[in-house]
Amino acid sequence: MLHPITPAHYLILSAALLLIGTLGVLSRRNIIIILMSIELILNAVNINLITFSRLFDQVNGQVFAIFVITVAVAEAAVGLGILLAMFRNKETVQADEIDLLKW
Amino acid sequence: MDIFLFILFASIAVFCAVNVVVQTHPITSALSLVGVMGALAVLYLLLGAEFIAAAQIVVYAGAIMVLFVFVIMLLNAGGEAKSAGRSQMVRWLGIPLFTIFIGLLSYIVQRSVPAGPGVSFGQFTGGTPRDVGRLLFTQYLLPFEATSVLVLIAILGAVVLARKEIE
Repeated sequence: MLHPITPAHYLILSAALLLIGTLGVLSRRNIIIILMSIELILNAVNINLITFSRLFDQVNGQVFAIFVITVAVAEAAVGLGILLAMFRNKETVQADEIDLLKW
Repeated sequence: MDIFLFILFASIAVFCAVNVVVQTHPITSALSLVGVMGALAVLYLLLGAEFIAAAQIVVYAGAIMVLFVFVIMLLNAGGEAKSAGRSQMVRWLGIPLFTIFIGLLSYIVQRSVPAGPGVSFGQFTGGTPRDVGRLLFTQYLLPFEATSVLVLIAILGAVVLARKEIE
């Protein structure tokens, strides 16, 4: 007996990816990996949007997913640019060694 | 058939996502992230979102990950040193609690989401580039243009941030 895939399956996958990404942002110190975890979170959002687009038989969710992808691209480009500038000044990519603003 | 595809690629996605977070070397994380993107593209295809699936491969696995790998190579960043002060409680308590949390969340989602139609391949054909493009250039024209300004600002910002200071 095969169960059909329901939207709930996709939402659970999305929740799992979101939690894993959040865990990565909170627990890792390498800024590159933190940025990758943010990409994971944005992908979880995309799964949700496309699932609901499918559930309600409307394409609007997919258009929003395209916007999310665009924002992710902009975020990655600017984030990596900041990372390069930071590495040039501090010679490190570890988040806990960059403590200029820490009082 | 569909449920097998879903379970296979969802497990690949979750496994690779965990790998992104636990690996110490950034390049391994980047390759795992490519795995996540590829698996998610297949899942989008199952949902009938053809255009998003293609964009996922081209933009994420193609463009963004190349950018990441490029920066990793450029910075020559090695593996992350294990932090000495981290207590063992994280491993023995945190990981089971995290798994339980995901399980509880799954239960709640399963209960609260309407069952809806079963999702099977080829049933929903609204995700073609034609449909997405039509909506994008009529109803969502203003957000679309705003996004293009955002990308322009991001390009300028990245160039300004990453260039060398001229004395």
